[in-house]
Amino acid sequence: MTGHNWTRASVNWFKYSSPQTFFPLAAKLVPWFGAAAALLCVAGLYIGFFVAPTDAQQGEAYRIIFIHVPAAWMSMFIYVVMAFWAGAGLVFNTRLSGMMASALAPSGALMTFIALWTGALWGKPTWGTWWVWDARLTSELILLFLYFGFMALQAAIDNPRRADKAGAVLALTGVVNIPIIYFSVQWWNTLHQGASVSLKSAPSMAATMFAGMIVMALGFWMYSIAAALLRVRCIILEREHRSDWVAQHMGTLK
Amino acid sequence: MLTALRCVIYRDLLLAMRRRADVLTALLFFVIVVSLFPLGVGPEANLLRTIAPGVIWVAALLASMLSLTRMFSADHADGTLEQMLLSAAPLGAIVIAKVIAHWLVSGLPLVLIAPILALQFDLNQSLLWVLTLSLLIGTPVLSLIGAIGAALTLGLRGGGILLSLLVLPLYVPVLIIGAGTVDIASAGLSAQAHFLVLGAFLVVAAVFAPWAVAAALRISAE
Repeated sequence: MTGHNWTRASVNWFKYSSPQTFFPLAAKLVPWFGAAAALLCVAGLYIGFFVAPTDAQQGEAYRIIFIHVPAAWMSMFIYVVMAFWAGAGLVFNTRLSGMMASALAPSGALMTFIALWTGALWGKPTWGTWWVWDARLTSELILLFLYFGFMALQAAIDNPRRADKAGAVLALTGVVNIPIIYFSVQWWNTLHQGASVSLKSAPSMAATMFAGMIVMALGFWMYSIAAALLRVRCIILEREHRSDWVAQHMGTLK
Repeated sequence: MLTALRCVIYRDLLLAMRRRADVLTALLFFVIVVSLFPLGVGPEANLLRTIAPGVIWVAALLASMLSLTRMFSADHADGTLEQMLLSAAPLGAIVIAKVIAHWLVSGLPLVLIAPILALQFDLNQSLLWVLTLSLLIGTPVLSLIGAIGAALTLGLRGGGILLSLLVLPLYVPVLIIGAGTVDIASAGLSAQAHFLVLGAFLVVAAVFAPWAVAAALRISAE
């Protein structure tokens, strides 16, 4: 607990960059983010299913976008965050950054899968087919492969430090490639409707629909943070299992 | 630096010539995979003409990937790689040399034999040139991107299969634009834009990939 003396003098931003200090902090944060995720998702689903009006063209089937669109946003955003942490770990040689990157990958893959799955469920009644080789679907599918590649590479390497660094090189290569993949696939074929929400213009949808989607996106955001923190706690315990503080922590559990 | 570049290329080519079977296996793989498609989809000439560029490109992609594991593994096994990491010449230059040698051994033969395979698919002569040129610009990009995967999976369990999982998604843009050149040319349009994009891929990969490969090799050799 020597950290307290440091923080009084000046804010020590790096205090929580050590696995030992981050572990209890994560434990405190997880319930808050988890509760926020549950509340926001319930609220978002309520708005989505009961408040938002029926779409004039797509009927009730459109309501799946309240899960589909936030999941698709998160799937891309998490990859960037993951690459950021992986890159930070490579540059500053901090252990926790690499652990954060590995903790984020499964959440990202899950979001990508949800986006693809709900997209297929939406495509059947709307386009009349489960799958089309359209630009966004294809790039989302490739994103899923990138997540799998990252996880498979880390799983194949026994030394965790090497796994972090190798994963970092792959994640950074992937992040450079994602825009290239996206635009080349878009050039190749496009059928997907244009983005309904953009920063430049007013959303082309009813205000309640937009609100529902934003609330759901925030809920997914909170969920991803909670899941990543929970996962990083497990990774910390696993990797630091030889240290004294983990032994002490495990001792208090018994 | 140029001496190191020349030395490594010469050495790798010499090693490849001493083990000609390895080179020929990848080439035969390419020929066989391409020949399997007519057997699978039927001999209908119009259909074959349509799928030819995609089939040849995908097969080239797989054949080039198959030989990637050889790029660094022998050097890693006998300790040459460590000497390369320690040498005074910049690692990036050595990596570029290894990639050039890999392409000369496993990329260039694919480019040269592709027109003959395309004849089997009844592609007309002008398209034949477009296909060959697209492979000529595209296959070095495959070697460059593949080198990153080869360096990352060096000495790992199940490295070959893992390599395909890492590298194939990154090959997608090259495949799309590469096969696209022939498609657009067969529609009677100019394929110039596609060629320029393919060239841009080559430039970007040539600048960034050696750097990433060098980082990955240092990590693998730690």
